Amino acid sequence: MPKTIPENSVGIVAPQCLHFDDPLLLRSGKTINSYDLMIETYGTLNEAKSNAVLICHALSGDHHAAGFHSEDESKPGWWDNCIGPGKPIDTNKFFVVCLNNLGGCAGSTGPTSINPETGTYYGPDFPVVTVRDWVNSQVRLMDRLGIAQWAAVIGGSLGGMQVMRWSISYPERLRNAIMIAVAPKLSAQNIAFNEVARQSITADPFFHNGRYLEHGTYPKKGVMLARMVGHITYLSDSAMRDKFGKAAEALANEPIAGNFGRDLRTGKLSFGLNVDFQVESYLHYQGERFSEHFDANTYLLMTKALDYFDPTVDYEGKLSAAFAKSSCRFLLMSFSSDWRFPPERSREIVDALLEAGKQVSYLEIEADQGHDAFLLPVPRYLEAFSTYLNRVSDEVNA
Amino acid sequence: MRPDLDIIQNWIAPGSRVLDLGCGDGSLLEFLKTNKGVAEIGLEIAEANISACLAKGVNVIEQDLNKSLQNFKDKSFDTVLLTQTLQAVSYPDVIIDEMLRIGKNCIVTFPNFGNWRSRLYLLTKGRMPVSNFMPYEWYNTPNIHFCTVRDFDVLCKEKNIKVITRTVVDHLHQGSWMIKAWPNFLGETAIYHISR
Repeated sequence: MPKTIPENSVGIVAPQCLHFDDPLLLRSGKTINSYDLMIETYGTLNEAKSNAVLICHALSGDHHAAGFHSEDESKPGWWDNCIGPGKPIDTNKFFVVCLNNLGGCAGSTGPTSINPETGTYYGPDFPVVTVRDWVNSQVRLMDRLGIAQWAAVIGGSLGGMQVMRWSISYPERLRNAIMIAVAPKLSAQNIAFNEVARQSITADPFFHNGRYLEHGTYPKKGVMLARMVGHITYLSDSAMRDKFGKAAEALANEPIAGNFGRDLRTGKLSFGLNVDFQVESYLHYQGERFSEHFDANTYLLMTKALDYFDPTVDYEGKLSAAFAKSSCRFLLMSFSSDWRFPPERSREIVDALLEAGKQVSYLEIEADQGHDAFLLPVPRYLEAFSTYLNRVSDEVNA
Repeated sequence: MRPDLDIIQNWIAPGSRVLDLGCGDGSLLEFLKTNKGVAEIGLEIAEANISACLAKGVNVIEQDLNKSLQNFKDKSFDTVLLTQTLQAVSYPDVIIDEMLRIGKNCIVTFPNFGNWRSRLYLLTKGRMPVSNFMPYEWYNTPNIHFCTVRDFDVLCKEKNIKVITRTVVDHLHQGSWMIKAWPNFLGETAIYHISR
């Protein structure tokens, strides 16, 4: 927690837990009879209830998108760069709703919840949930909040996939679909990385076929490895050179001098299997921190939801046909150095929308930070994001 | 609004689908959206222009005309516009072909290099014309493919392009009987409505 809360922060926020009793039929054919959704909201719903926006989180996100839970919290919510007073998703103008998706591990019903049928943790028995299932649960949340139409549904990465599903399945229930750093479906390379992550979790001796909670253990090493490989795909080569090339910068007094981000941790090689380079130590740290709060079974579920996402399944593989009934306006933004979901993947969606005759805007933002850029304060990105949403606000708050 | 744009809007059917190649700050599309109810898409690469379009609520796609327009399907737009941009593209003939493939009809406007001022400038000074209208030096101009009204007529003939209407106007964007009689000599801006 910073000593004083910045003026453009939503400040101290409190999550709420909403309980749902109407059974949710999942795409897999299974049903969840009742469930909780953890949510956070920022800003005020206007009288016409027309200024609500839904934020969809990505792989490791949750309902805590902005502000601080307490004065002791060291870091704000995961999208604090974009949500707050005067920020692109301006809480002075919009009523912002974020939730932890089903299957998550931040309070919504998921593998760490107790299965009422067995009296023990769901663990590996928690049904595989898909993007479509999440959106169906988000519709119920929307109804509970008494919102007829979102001013915008917004998300990056896996969050953007939920936005896409909204525009296809519930066209009349959103005015704007904003997808950032997204892809119409995963490539073989994307799935390959996910499988490495899953294998590292399931191969951990403490995994116990997903029943680690009953065994009083946790596959920490596996989750760390999964996060490390994931993290590499979120950064770009140039971002890593920059981040771990500070020593060269100090020596040569030039940005990104020629050491390719090979900063040493202690100044000399160990000639052993110790951590020699800064990048190694950074990945260990990231993995370690992640494994402390993220559930292994949830990680497995989230990667499956990514792998399974394909909005064309009901439309003979034709993306433009999937958008036929969409009536919202679309904004897509991609980042030049994103190699996980590179700009050409966003353009596939843009082209499908053009073919379907939809209203679409698209920006390709020059940025070094790779896939992670969607979470970071990239000036052109924030500026365009604000400009678009100010226009939306003018329409819905008129 | 630029007066040439005022002429153009008369050729656009209400409620039609319009693609503007190099849409600038989106003024024309905003006007057409408000007054003609068109469904608009603009292509642009300049960041400030893209932002201006977003602020106006004009749909804009960051895409370079000089690369490819292959992502646009045949006859997917009613009208494709190219205003004061033809002279700045790498392959004007390719762009025209692409426009006619994507649009049912197209509107092209360009500065007429055959205007008497340009001719006089070149004749008397022996140097590439620089004016308020074309304010760049030869080495820094974005206008790399100047042509005249007659040049464009020849191109249309060679490519079997149907000229629905040709309007040539002076710097006040007025077309007098004199300009109609000597368009390539007196006209400053050429406005073509074409189709296949």
